[in-house]
Amino acid sequence: MAAEATAPPRQRDVVDVVLGFARTLRHAGVGASPDRVEAMLTAVAHLRVLDPTDVYWSGRLTLCASPDDLDRYDAAFAAYFAGEAPRRPQSSAQQEQRMAESAPLSASDEGAGEDSEEAPDLKAAASESEVLRHRDVSELSIAERDQLRRLFALLVPAAPMRPSRRRRPDLHGQVHMARTIRHALRDGGEITSLARRRARPRPRRVVLLVDVSGSMSPYADALLRFAHAAVRARPASTEVFTIGTRLTRVTREMRLRDPDKALAASGHAIPDWSGGTRIGEVLKAFLDRWGQRGTARGAVVVVCSDGWERGGTELLGEQMTRLHRLAHSVVWVNPHKGRVGYQPLTGGMQAALPAVDHFVAGHSLAAFEQLAGVIERA
Amino acid sequence: MSQPTATPRPAEVLPADPKALAVALEATGYLPDEGLTTAAYLALAMGRPLFLEGEAGVGKTALAHALAEVTGRPMYRLQCYEGLEASQALYDWDFGRQLLHLRAAEAAGSGADTATLEAGLYDRRFLLARPLLQALEDAPSVLLVDEIDRADDEFEAFLLELLSDFTISIPELGTIRATTPPLVVLTSNRTREVHDALKRRCLYHWLEHPDFEREVAILRQRLPQVTEDLARQVARATAKLRSLDLLKPPGIAEAMDWATALHTLGARELDPETAARTLGAVLKYREDTDRVHALTRGALFGGG
Repeated sequence: MAAEATAPPRQRDVVDVVLGFARTLRHAGVGASPDRVEAMLTAVAHLRVLDPTDVYWSGRLTLCASPDDLDRYDAAFAAYFAGEAPRRPQSSAQQEQRMAESAPLSASDEGAGEDSEEAPDLKAAASESEVLRHRDVSELSIAERDQLRRLFALLVPAAPMRPSRRRRPDLHGQVHMARTIRHALRDGGEITSLARRRARPRPRRVVLLVDVSGSMSPYADALLRFAHAAVRARPASTEVFTIGTRLTRVTREMRLRDPDKALAASGHAIPDWSGGTRIGEVLKAFLDRWGQRGTARGAVVVVCSDGWERGGTELLGEQMTRLHRLAHSVVWVNPHKGRVGYQPLTGGMQAALPAVDHFVAGHSLAAFEQLAGVIERA
Repeated sequence: MSQPTATPRPAEVLPADPKALAVALEATGYLPDEGLTTAAYLALAMGRPLFLEGEAGVGKTALAHALAEVTGRPMYRLQCYEGLEASQALYDWDFGRQLLHLRAAEAAGSGADTATLEAGLYDRRFLLARPLLQALEDAPSVLLVDEIDRADDEFEAFLLELLSDFTISIPELGTIRATTPPLVVLTSNRTREVHDALKRRCLYHWLEHPDFEREVAILRQRLPQVTEDLARQVARATAKLRSLDLLKPPGIAEAMDWATALHTLGARELDPETAARTLGAVLKYREDTDRVHALTRGALFGGG
């Protein structure tokens, strides 16, 4: 780093060093865009270039954009400048925990035995796509899956609405004083008509929590496709998280237009694909980091999971109650509910059900269409 | 309604380096750490807005007040909320007074022609300046945009425009430009992800809870009536509460409330009994209180 040089560094050197650092940072996953790098150069110019602490802070203040960036920034800073980051990493314990949690799932979960189940006889059914709509997605062949994916493109989930604080002109509703007088000004102060307004409806936030653990792997693809359709329909008011051994926010990846690209990008972002499930803990992480702060407040929260919980179900029950208090309504999607004779007997489902407003199936395209209707009216 | 100040303020002297700023801030009673000082200094030196994020009660808003005191600038605060509109953030015409003006002119029967009368309607005195306009008119100033995450996206986009060139154009009156860009402090509790375009124009700082020594110093500074021992005990207990994984970990504001509550009750030190009685000053959720009660109180509050 420049601090080791005895002579004051030339302008050129500083720019090169900072550009190199920005490159390292981008590799680490912090989006240090060119204008941010420019800001860092300006910031360094206002401070002492030779002081590692000043360089650290000028970079952190200009290049980072969220608390998630800070740990990566510290690591990149240490790696690039071969020095100690002045800020002590706070979340090292948390990271270790994450590593330990990625252990594979025990054999107690189902999923492997699913293919052996006999498929209903459907040869006599009417049109092929009509049949596909009702087939359980876990039992489809590769070609059928391909066709179903195209059908997913037709799914346009509508958002539930809520009244907002903003008003719009309306024939009925309250009298809008300022507007009435403004109109009156045109007529020399004579009020000829009353302007009225009423609350404008806005889409209610929809939060989808998709279980991507091993037991859900036959359905995860379809559920994420449903999530993609929901995000595409209302990008600003839909949030998608995946749950497994940890919580991953995939909203950003889901905003890609092409469903296959969006799913591939999400796949890269999800570190715990087909791992174990700790719904209780992950739900708690969601509520602590996002839900309580506003993401779940007044939202329609859709949990897509089979309710297989590795940990104790007490935590899950507790967190579901908490979620229920925050959210406008809670929808639980369990693909197994589509089976004949299904009973919600797993411990996790038993613990969660008291806090669930709508309990629906999510195993076929027809079920997803129903789900879209439930979300809209929730 | 605030008119631009008539008397120009003396040319201000800004702190020469972060250390000088830290000293000045400490003199006002705000004890910043190194990162925050650097952030505030750069915001002043570069003329860039400062975007502060962090848990509630870590002193985001207080920093803006302290900076206003240090620089001697007037402070304007815009509290954001959902549905905030330009007429509440920027300016609004005082329709009532305009109407009154017309009627008065009518009653007086002055022979003024309509054109003059109409031009007189859109005079500065009929304009209600809201915080953003006030901050630009009264430059240099400190503008605090509090809890930006509560406003909606539309307002964010609007703010973006204002923060990039610090001008407001009023169709009937002309463009109002700040002579010196105001020092803008934006705060967010992170209830919602603020748009990247807005963050890109700002210096970003994540505020953390202060370490033990700093917290004691803050308590001592803000509450001189509280004894050193009590301040240390409160700081230690608050730090422990923060490590407990509560729904709402206590911030500095809560620690201060707690110390004040204990002092008001005449407590010289923090014993489990007084702590239990005054827990309402630090913990704001029943679940949190239950949890702390369930833990052995001695382990939490014992030991000076």
